[in-house]
Amino acid sequence: MRSVWRNLALLGAAALAAAVIADPALAQAPAAAAAKAPDLVVNKADDGWMMVSSLLVLMMTVPGLALFYGGMVRTKNMLSMLTQVFVIQCIVCVLWFVYGYSLAFTEGSGFTSPFLGGFSQLFMKGIDPKSPAATFSVGVGLDELVYVCFQMTFAAITTALAIGGFAERMKFSAIVLFAILWCTIVYIPIAHSVWFNPGPNALQNALALGQEAYDKVAATAGYGNQMGALDFAGGTVVHINAGVAGFVGALLLGRRIGFGREAMPPHSLTLTMVGASLLWVGWFGFNAGSNLEANAGAVLAMANTFVATAAAGLSWLLVEWLFKGKPSLLGLASGVVAGLVAVTPASGYAGPMGALVLGLVAGAACFFMCTAVKQALGYDDTLDVFGVHAVGGFIGAIGTGITVNPSFGGTLPSDFSKACEVASGVITNNCKTIDYDMWAQVWIQFKNAAITICWSAVGSLIVYLIISAIVGLRVSAETEREGLDIAEHGERAYNM
Amino acid sequence: MKMVVAIIKPFKLEEVRQALDDVGIEGMTVSEVKGYGRQKGHTEIYRGAEYEVNFVPKLKIEAVVPSESVQKVIEAITSVAKTGQIGDGKIFVIPVDQSVRIRTGETDADAI
Repeated sequence: MRSVWRNLALLGAAALAAAVIADPALAQAPAAAAAKAPDLVVNKADDGWMMVSSLLVLMMTVPGLALFYGGMVRTKNMLSMLTQVFVIQCIVCVLWFVYGYSLAFTEGSGFTSPFLGGFSQLFMKGIDPKSPAATFSVGVGLDELVYVCFQMTFAAITTALAIGGFAERMKFSAIVLFAILWCTIVYIPIAHSVWFNPGPNALQNALALGQEAYDKVAATAGYGNQMGALDFAGGTVVHINAGVAGFVGALLLGRRIGFGREAMPPHSLTLTMVGASLLWVGWFGFNAGSNLEANAGAVLAMANTFVATAAAGLSWLLVEWLFKGKPSLLGLASGVVAGLVAVTPASGYAGPMGALVLGLVAGAACFFMCTAVKQALGYDDTLDVFGVHAVGGFIGAIGTGITVNPSFGGTLPSDFSKACEVASGVITNNCKTIDYDMWAQVWIQFKNAAITICWSAVGSLIVYLIISAIVGLRVSAETEREGLDIAEHGERAYNM
Repeated sequence: MKMVVAIIKPFKLEEVRQALDDVGIEGMTVSEVKGYGRQKGHTEIYRGAEYEVNFVPKLKIEAVVPSESVQKVIEAITSVAKTGQIGDGKIFVIPVDQSVRIRTGETDADAI
């Protein structure tokens, strides 16, 4: 399901194949020597870690993201923010179990298969303990329902992230439609493209039948995945995707009434700090959980998620201190989130020092996007979804191709055959003997990011136009002035 | 009877209350208010968005006192509320026609 999956399969198979290639007599038919993969066995520690990870990512959304966002809006819109994030989590959860998972993470057919799965697991059909999902290792399985839950939390937080772009002015009914339509039309195809892969066991078993069979199975993977794009936990799928969607929404809905003239300071930076902290803790489920197994890869992702995040927080704070005169809490919290975003795609590949540099770059770059660039262009991206998530995600996507380089302390993981293929044109079982062609990988990373940007921009625009035709996007001027809490929900956040 | 209205810096409240107590003032009303005079406001920056905050938080103390106490009340307040910095606040004195203690029905001097 991640690009690295197949690579591990190849490893097992290629190890055998390489031994065969060494013997010139057998070199003509290396694939025939590949052994069938052992049956998937579920490891209890992996199951346990993935259950915890799923809950950690849930915690990122509710209450983490809800509070992070809620603290930044005005008092009169606090509940609307909390309600919107909460309802998106619930809607995406239901649609994920009904059809989302099947469309994102099963094999597709026909011309849509690079971006869309099929209906084979509609309503959770055929998911039982006897058919574990694949991980990144040959023979290591995961109970599929926990994988369903884990991926559901990703779909939910991505959809919820996007709404920060047009906070304080979208109708609640439009938000409900947005959750359904955007997750289906924009999120699921990108998730399928970048992450869907038949898995190492399927690939190795195919290889055992010959190259032709292997090619056929490998061709079922998503578009970005086949291209060899590296996105460990969602730099493109989650952050660029959500950031661009929020930006398009902000442009389409227009600025808030009084933007640039009236003061619109965050109503509670205390809650924003609590939210940012919950996001950081939850992000370990997001990044280290994306390893799907509780092993060294997960530990690496955890270490990177610490160091890149801290570096980015400091980077934003320092640059702000230099250019604006004062180090602010909101700056520190924003930098921390920018670092989390940037390290997401690289978390399983970069070395800790590479992650540190990535964090430093992301913190400063996102600061300039959210201040100088935003002011110059004059768009009203309420909670800086574009400046933090799209920009941070792009830096991370490109940075992944750089930080994975062994020369920069990247781990060039054993599951990195795509980079090896890029470098050598053949599958090999020992990437480390091959010079890593960094710019070729960076180009792949760029293409994958560009595809995501285009897909999200066009797909989101279509979603907004559909919503606009059905219920309309923006609340009335009267509602906006009064605040969405009273006008849309009939409650207020604080009765004191 | 006069009403002394003092606008002071919020952190000076306890000192002012003590000073008024020392000169025999037994009651007062305090409210949180916002305003500006020569101090003007200040600038707040949130992710690069700069906001001019014109109204500065202050405390308003209202105390009704016998006319002859006005001068020492003013002295008591100024002696402790003064920092010498801009924004120390102001004192206004307003005539009061009548006062009534609701519980007992006492009036004027007996009711303050």
